Amino acid sequence: MTKGFLAYLLTMALVTYLVRAVPFCLFRRKVTNRFFKSFLCYIPYTVLAAMTFPAVFYVTANPIPAIGGTVAALLLAYRGKGLVTVSLAACSVALAANLLLYYFGG
Amino acid sequence: MKYRNDYSEGFRNGIPIALGYFFVSFTFGIMGSLSGLLWWETVLISMTNLTSAGQFAGVKIIAAGGSLPELAISQFIINLRYSLMGISLSQNTDENFGTGARAALGFGITDEIYAVAVNRKTPVSRSFFLGLMTLPYLGWSLGTLAGALFGDVMPSVISDAMGIAIYGMFIAILIPGMKGDRHIAMISALAVLISCVLTYVPALSGISVGFAVIICAVTASLIGAAFFPVSAPGDEEVAS
Repeated sequence: MTKGFLAYLLTMALVTYLVRAVPFCLFRRKVTNRFFKSFLCYIPYTVLAAMTFPAVFYVTANPIPAIGGTVAALLLAYRGKGLVTVSLAACSVALAANLLLYYFGG
Repeated sequence: MKYRNDYSEGFRNGIPIALGYFFVSFTFGIMGSLSGLLWWETVLISMTNLTSAGQFAGVKIIAAGGSLPELAISQFIINLRYSLMGISLSQNTDENFGTGARAALGFGITDEIYAVAVNRKTPVSRSFFLGLMTLPYLGWSLGTLAGALFGDVMPSVISDAMGIAIYGMFIAILIPGMKGDRHIAMISALAVLISCVLTYVPALSGISVGFAVIICAVTASLIGAAFFPVSAPGDEEVAS
């Protein structure tokens, strides 16, 4: 077993659980404040946007496969394709670019 | 009868999420075995956390032999968005969704499960939510198992490319939202702009990934709420 694994596991699981469950249990009243309601409406999108860009361009060892995969994902997502299709397309393009770089790159 | 229908409706809604999770957690499993974790350790992390970004960061910290406070703070920051999602989801739950059910099912709040639940036209029941999280949980756990077992034998040229899977999933959620609402598009773009500033301005690039996401998301959302407040769906019900 990895050194200290159980302590790591318990810490991760407990913090993640509490962060989810405590506000979900405590905040029961309907939010009537328009400002707060709007803030909550924007949060999921701003979180995903900030986590994705620019980090996605550095996910592969060489940025070119990552850029190719991102462009493919953006195009398919814009056309309304689902999660799996978009994600698979991003991987496929990144893999193709990786293979090209591997065999023909410097 | 209603409960059963609600459960199966949620269950069906979970199918595409579960497929995506299987795929993304497969890449997480690969990462776990490449980081030196035993296969069952990686699987246990997925079974007890059910979160993408937090787990990816967590494994990096564990592999580096980081401290427990460091691990706890990183998980708190990266997963803080689930707190906001939990509050947001509270606005769309039915009257039977009590404290016990919230304590048990709150575990299932993820980006994708939240997105489906919060956009449901009728208020979310316990049965619907339990149904909705069933397959994604299985997909996430089994995908990790498969990735952890096969990760060792996979050539690096493939595993390197698989890392983009999770971002593909984020983009697939983000773009339809931006396309459907001009203000969401602008505020999301603003979050990206702040994220780039935090990444590329040398004085700011020392901020950890978890903190950076919170700063970007909170700042952009506050600006969005101040300048483009949304018309609340609840108001129409009151009016009619």
